[in-house]
Amino acid sequence: MLDFPKWKVWAVSLAILLGIVLAVPSLFPKATVEAWPSWAPKAQINLGLDIAGGSQLLLEADVADAAKQRLAAMEDQVTTELRRGEPRIQIGDVSTSGGRLSFVVRDPTQLDMAFERMRTLTQPVGLTGARDWEVSTVDGNRIVLTPTASGAETALRNSLTVARDVVRRRIDPGGTKEITVINQGARRIFVQVPGVEDPEALKALIGQTARLEFKLVALDADPAQVAAGRAPPGAQILQMADGTGPIAVQRRVMVSGEQLVDAKQSFDQDGRPVVSITFNAAGARRFGRVTQENVQKPFAIILDDKVLSAPNINEPILGGQAQISGNFTVESANALAVSLASGKLPVKLNVIEERTVSAELGADSIEAGTIASVFATLAVIGLMIVTYGRFGVYASLALLVNAFLILAVMALFNATLTLPGIAGFVLTIGAAVDANVLINERIREELRRGRKMLDALETGYKEASTAIFDANITNTIAAALMLFFGSGPIRGFAVVLLIGIITSVFTAVNFTRMLVSLWVKSKRPRTINI
Amino acid sequence: MKLLKLVPDNTNIDFMRWRNVAMILSTLLTVASLVLVGVRGLNLGIDFVGGQVVRATFAQPVDIEDLRGRIDGLGVGEATIQEFGNDRTYQIRLPRPEGPETASNEIVSKVRTFLPQEYPGAVVSAGESVSGKVSGELAWDGALAITFAMIGIALYIWFRFEWQFGVGALLTLFHDVSMVLGFFSLTQMQVDLNIVAAFLAIVGYSLNDTVVIYDRIRENMRKYRKMEIVALLNFSLNETLSRTIVTSLSIMLALAVLLALGPDVLFGLTLAILLGTFIGTYSSIYVSAPALVWLGLKPDSFLRSEDEEAGLGNPA
Repeated sequence: MLDFPKWKVWAVSLAILLGIVLAVPSLFPKATVEAWPSWAPKAQINLGLDIAGGSQLLLEADVADAAKQRLAAMEDQVTTELRRGEPRIQIGDVSTSGGRLSFVVRDPTQLDMAFERMRTLTQPVGLTGARDWEVSTVDGNRIVLTPTASGAETALRNSLTVARDVVRRRIDPGGTKEITVINQGARRIFVQVPGVEDPEALKALIGQTARLEFKLVALDADPAQVAAGRAPPGAQILQMADGTGPIAVQRRVMVSGEQLVDAKQSFDQDGRPVVSITFNAAGARRFGRVTQENVQKPFAIILDDKVLSAPNINEPILGGQAQISGNFTVESANALAVSLASGKLPVKLNVIEERTVSAELGADSIEAGTIASVFATLAVIGLMIVTYGRFGVYASLALLVNAFLILAVMALFNATLTLPGIAGFVLTIGAAVDANVLINERIREELRRGRKMLDALETGYKEASTAIFDANITNTIAAALMLFFGSGPIRGFAVVLLIGIITSVFTAVNFTRMLVSLWVKSKRPRTINI
Repeated sequence: MKLLKLVPDNTNIDFMRWRNVAMILSTLLTVASLVLVGVRGLNLGIDFVGGQVVRATFAQPVDIEDLRGRIDGLGVGEATIQEFGNDRTYQIRLPRPEGPETASNEIVSKVRTFLPQEYPGAVVSAGESVSGKVSGELAWDGALAITFAMIGIALYIWFRFEWQFGVGALLTLFHDVSMVLGFFSLTQMQVDLNIVAAFLAIVGYSLNDTVVIYDRIRENMRKYRKMEIVALLNFSLNETLSRTIVTSLSIMLALAVLLALGPDVLFGLTLAILLGTFIGTYSSIYVSAPALVWLGLKPDSFLRSEDEEAGLGNPA
């Protein structure tokens, strides 16, 4: 028992000191800690939303919408390629039904050429030689483009990566808040925003795809036909955003939101809220040309397939600056500006899980949790001391150090403490007692068997260690598997448990042994009371 | 200072004498629990079946029937309303709507805006919605976490001890988890993801207890090679009795404090662990040890392997 070398005393003390220093910031409010001098440790434990309050959303990509958008983009590419490329290839009967794109090549002698040019539009996916679209010919004059499964999967994955950044920019344009936006699996995005207690604005912001398009109104459309939902050739029927009915617009996108560099909420000359947008050079040129060629004609401003407004072009707009009008309030204009400035979502996102906790409720919980933890620890300390005397004091010191070490490790790894985590914490405090109890009971036993004091201490620590090892390894296995397979609260619980197992074994075995050894060395007691 | 001895020195309780009675009792209770869960079912929270929960604190206590009626008028389904922590805070649970996955969170929005309009001063403190898709996955995740934790543990014990110990530990775990499930079925307390964390804690604690006792049994089997198995189990249980009592008492003390003073959201979780600790303490003595006898553990189980090792090192 006396062989506890000096270097080990230093190592254990240093580890504990370091633990306490690292744990301290977590005991103070964030604002206080930030005011500390720069050399002071500042890493704190993250408080989970169930404790700190805030909103959490799980978003899932709308796969059907993604497929539709991908098809529409392909249609654009195809028409541009065949119309612009040399030689021009005349096509007709373009259809996008059944998730496939098909068209008829007018001149049969151009079929092979058209087929080859379609092949160049497809991209290889992965290393297997598969491509993202399958091109085939039917009926001798029709070309069909079918999306492949791996192509669709890759496209979805890519758009989700873009979507994640768009969502982040929309929620936090300044990049200053502590929000979490991460991809989860192949089609989900997890969003956590501390402090936001009403998720409605959040959902509105994310729910908007913000695909902005400018199209000319189809002036030749027959109002009766439009009301019946039938569009003239080259046009399509869209709904007005304010619900005033359908409107026919040309299919061709004149200018799109991709060419924006900025969007801000402002007011028009009549004081109504509008969104001011700024185009990039190419967008400005294009917008200028279109407005020049179509003066006095209505120009539809379309957001996510709904027509916001269709004002007349009074004069050519050449400076690359334009205003989007619609029935806006200041808030909705602002929200649209943020959405437009952050770019369009490449895929529609649906909210499939939502959790909000108000900060007050969280504060109540953490207060109750803290008080309970303190009293639980005191109760255990009391029981230890009346049962084991001096050794109970050592066990209690080990418990306290253990609590600090758990906080320190959690702060170090920036782990999140949730409510189940608090339960895990209390359980760990309780279970950490077990190792000390095992050691102390073993020492009692060895003394009863007539061993000399030092021998009993030595044997007690040695024999108890097997049981401590086995019990903690089994719990480690359980905690690790929970962490791996579980989700949400299960993981919050497992993290604290896992950290607690490691720190409790360290404190129960090494730290108490050090205390006992130092005591024995300095006081040379003849008997021990345990 | 005179120290407290919860368990006197050198106890010699004949635990194994009642092992058949205990085993019948345990078997009956386990079966009863499982039947109860099968017949009456569990009150699964929205984490596992989907749906919506809104928690709100009102300016003064409200008539639950009246509140239910008004929410009914919203056309969001039949609400289940419970007091939560105090008489002004209520938890309103709504069934998962038919239709698209997104319908769920729209209902929460509706109720969230409706309550303060209808009841001035009402504050919504929490709102959750889980779609059918997510809840299915959460349930699967939870089941997977428990199953793999149990298998992993059994494999380890088999590896460190003998196969009888691995099976014994599994039986003990099964016993403890079934009983707590039975309790939840009986009381119809809500089972959500937090409760799954509680089950995992029970598994962990029960195991801790069982392993410590098994460890002592293994040690004594090596020490007293000729001792008859039942006597050896009794002896080992008595030796570890003091430790069992002190540890269980500490943990239950800590949990009781958490139950009394801790946040309301943790009540179910803490109660489950407290109950599990109690059952786990009983089962480590009356299930895990007798199971070894039934599984045919022989006094020479560890002897054989050590003889073989000795034989390898000393060729005749």
